[in-house]
Amino acid sequence: MSNDRDHAESAHEHPSWKQYKWVALWLTLITALEVWAYYMPAFVASRAFVPTLLFMSALKFTVVVMFYMHLKYDHKIFRALFTGPLIIACCTLVAFLFLFGYKPVG
Amino acid sequence: MTVANAAAVASGAAEAHEHTHYTTTGLDNRKIAIWAFIGSECMLFASLISTYLVYKGRSVVGPFPHEAWTSPTGQLFRPILNIPVTSASTFVLLMSSLFMVLALAAVENKGRPGYEGLQGSSKFWLLATALAGATFLGFQAFEFTSFVHEGLTIRTNLFGTTFFTLTGFHGTHVAVGVLWLMTLLFIDIRRGLGPADAIIVDICALYWHFVDVVWIAIFTLVYLIK
Repeated sequence: MSNDRDHAESAHEHPSWKQYKWVALWLTLITALEVWAYYMPAFVASRAFVPTLLFMSALKFTVVVMFYMHLKYDHKIFRALFTGPLIIACCTLVAFLFLFGYKPVG
Repeated sequence: MTVANAAAVASGAAEAHEHTHYTTTGLDNRKIAIWAFIGSECMLFASLISTYLVYKGRSVVGPFPHEAWTSPTGQLFRPILNIPVTSASTFVLLMSSLFMVLALAAVENKGRPGYEGLQGSSKFWLLATALAGATFLGFQAFEFTSFVHEGLTIRTNLFGTTFFTLTGFHGTHVAVGVLWLMTLLFIDIRRGLGPADAIIVDICALYWHFVDVVWIAIFTLVYLIK
């Protein structure tokens, strides 16, 4: 039970209501920006389209993990448990794309 | 054994049971377990996403996600992805994450000043999260149904196979999350959730946010990038 108490006592380290709402607002704005970019033919045709969308997606991902999942405030072991497999997962994804992502000519 | 001894043993057993939650790190093993589980889930979804990306643009027959297609019989298929509907469902899922953190804050701070009324109502926020999750599932059911009506099934082409597998797995995770949330809501209604129960809500919240971040990746990689 004392562990549960510790958990409850550490609650004040988490973001406040106001911060949670600001995070939600930023997430919504970034999502709106992503969708807006999708409907801009000139931007879709440009080289910046994919990197920009990937950046915005990564930003949203990081914000949710840091603030909503409290990884910014939690113990570093949790950070290691999450980022370790995430790095392996990202490397696997990139490796798969390099291995099988080619398109045969003709 | 005397009654006093039996009571002492029982008390010791209860204490030992409580201490099973401790690890040498001093952290709750349930929380370590959920983070390890989330780590393994990262790899599962990475494999599904990479499969989708590897087969992207390799379907021999339509319908296609972003391009129109005319079949050999002359039937015209529109681009199948419905971005406005999916944007709405993405917004709903993002809001569900907000509701989830507010539910956790309500449980952690129950009875504290500043957490009266709606702000301290864990029941309300848990219900709101579950409803948002159910709404997302409704959007997904609508999307899947319309795809099937438009001629795209899991067996139609490589896009259909990888798309339904990826989003189906994610939808299943959302459904499990909704059931978990409803269970917490039931417990909250039956006996109330307080600061001592914050850990069980926190574990559910971590799972729920993970489902949300996976969707953030899917929305960009599958729906927006052409």
